[in-house]
Amino acid sequence: MVSRAMVTEAASPRAIFAEHERWRWPETVFWLAALSVVYLFPEYLTLASQVVISGLFALSLDLLLGYTGMASLGHAAFFGLGAYTAGLLGKHGWHEPLSGLVVAGLVAGAVGLVCSLVIARLQSIALLMVTLGIGVMLHEGANQAQSLTGGDDGLQGVDIAPVLGLFDWDIFGRTAFLYALAIAFLCFLAARRLVHSPFGLSLRGIKENTKRVPSLGIKVRSRVIAIFTISAALAGVAGGLLAQTTQFVGLEVLSFDRSAGVLIMLVLGGAGTLYGAFVGAALFMIAKDFLSASDPVYWYFWIGLLLCVVVAFGKGGVVGVTTRAWAAIFRRGGAK
Amino acid sequence: MSEALLDVRGLTAGYGDAVVLDDIGFSIPAGGSLAVLGRNGTGKSTLMLTLMGHTRHRAGTIRFRGTEIAGAPPHRRARLGLGWVPQEREVFPSLTVDEHLIVGAKKGPWTRQRVFQFFPRLEERRRNMGNQLSGGEQQMLAIARALIANPTLILLDEPLEGLAPVVVAEVAEAIRRMMQEEGLSIVLVEQHAEFALRLTDRAIILDRGRLVHEGPSAALLESNDLIDRYVGVRVIEAS
Repeated sequence: MVSRAMVTEAASPRAIFAEHERWRWPETVFWLAALSVVYLFPEYLTLASQVVISGLFALSLDLLLGYTGMASLGHAAFFGLGAYTAGLLGKHGWHEPLSGLVVAGLVAGAVGLVCSLVIARLQSIALLMVTLGIGVMLHEGANQAQSLTGGDDGLQGVDIAPVLGLFDWDIFGRTAFLYALAIAFLCFLAARRLVHSPFGLSLRGIKENTKRVPSLGIKVRSRVIAIFTISAALAGVAGGLLAQTTQFVGLEVLSFDRSAGVLIMLVLGGAGTLYGAFVGAALFMIAKDFLSASDPVYWYFWIGLLLCVVVAFGKGGVVGVTTRAWAAIFRRGGAK
Repeated sequence: MSEALLDVRGLTAGYGDAVVLDDIGFSIPAGGSLAVLGRNGTGKSTLMLTLMGHTRHRAGTIRFRGTEIAGAPPHRRARLGLGWVPQEREVFPSLTVDEHLIVGAKKGPWTRQRVFQFFPRLEERRRNMGNQLSGGEQQMLAIARALIANPTLILLDEPLEGLAPVVVAEVAEAIRRMMQEEGLSIVLVEQHAEFALRLTDRAIILDRGRLVHEGPSAALLESNDLIDRYVGVRVIEAS
């Protein structure tokens, strides 16, 4: 009500952003549904944690791909950095999870910042190749540094203290899931805030017409560096969550499979929507769970097929299609 | 005499190895205006792109508000007060009118409210996205987006091109008011020579990337010979 009155009068940028940022009821439904998994599917909480963590990882990529138009084939580099950071901290005496997560994000963000200095110069294929290269290098680096990472065997002996000193880790994964969900939700709120800010608008401008943006007095390079760093830090938090909730870090956190997987999740769910990241992660991981149970070798075939169908016929992924269908039904209903 | 707002000397520029502009020079005083005339493909748009920093600069100087900008990146030129309305308009397809006017806003007399007073049609469509606007509305938005950055000099590249006659009149009137009532300096590239010459103080004519004429607009308006030779189009329907 307040926002509407302001729009017709002065409509300050703040009022316009407040209107865009207004919380809508389907969003409440979405997060309550996520929370209800604890009660509805208590036997699936381990999978649910993986979904939430992958969703957060996909969200970090969404800031790049969906909002800035930059693709990456090596985003697992930052996920893995966060995972190893949190894992190593837990193994070597720093057991407190929240501060461990912050450090994981900072380490991944710092490396992201350094990488972005090169990446900000690149576009299209060059960008894909360099991000791919960064991912491959870190993967091999972690494989080589066996004394630090455990190499192929993974990082064992990660010990994480109870969350806030209150909630101990249980064998059903209840604490793990709620912890991951809470962190993912907070990160989501921050990302939502970010994309609905003048900074976020400039990112969308860069995505849609990179050459036009400098004429508005905006330095594209510094914006790209900023968002890449933020995205890397978020990916690091997601990786840190995985290490803490599973109390183990496998080499696969840095693998190309993970980089490709997160890209597929985001595209399936719908890039540039924030929610698409979580929806895509859920679709991907649940499909993987079902398909690999019935056919452990060829399950990726069906993911590939799904990807082709969604990209070819479903613009905007699951969230895009749903939003349009919803709008069509709502409009028809309103017209009658 | 005080220093010129924009002073261009010996400017040579192009794309890659190709030289499109050769030894261009002109000057605009504060509050002044310049028409850039010439046939298609004579380098008018390249001149605009070069002033904004989007081409390869080879020689010459561009002084804007006393600062040499020939080597400056586009965003610094914009921050110094150069506004650009490109020929293709290039509004952002998925940003709303409001969002266009937020992303490029700088402090100054031009606020969103004032821009909307200038283009009431944009206010009606403030929640529409760039790709939902008509050609004329996109042109208004492109101009509005330049104004909201509060520039001292606006480069307008064929702002009337491809617009319906009734919209031409509306946009032309807005440009006239920008200059005469608001005192904005402009560089106006136009195929419609008569419209451009009536509006501006001085004019230059480009031919194959070279400057072939420089002088007062009023005088050029009387010179059928020059216009026929280098510009061609003389009559415009709405002005």
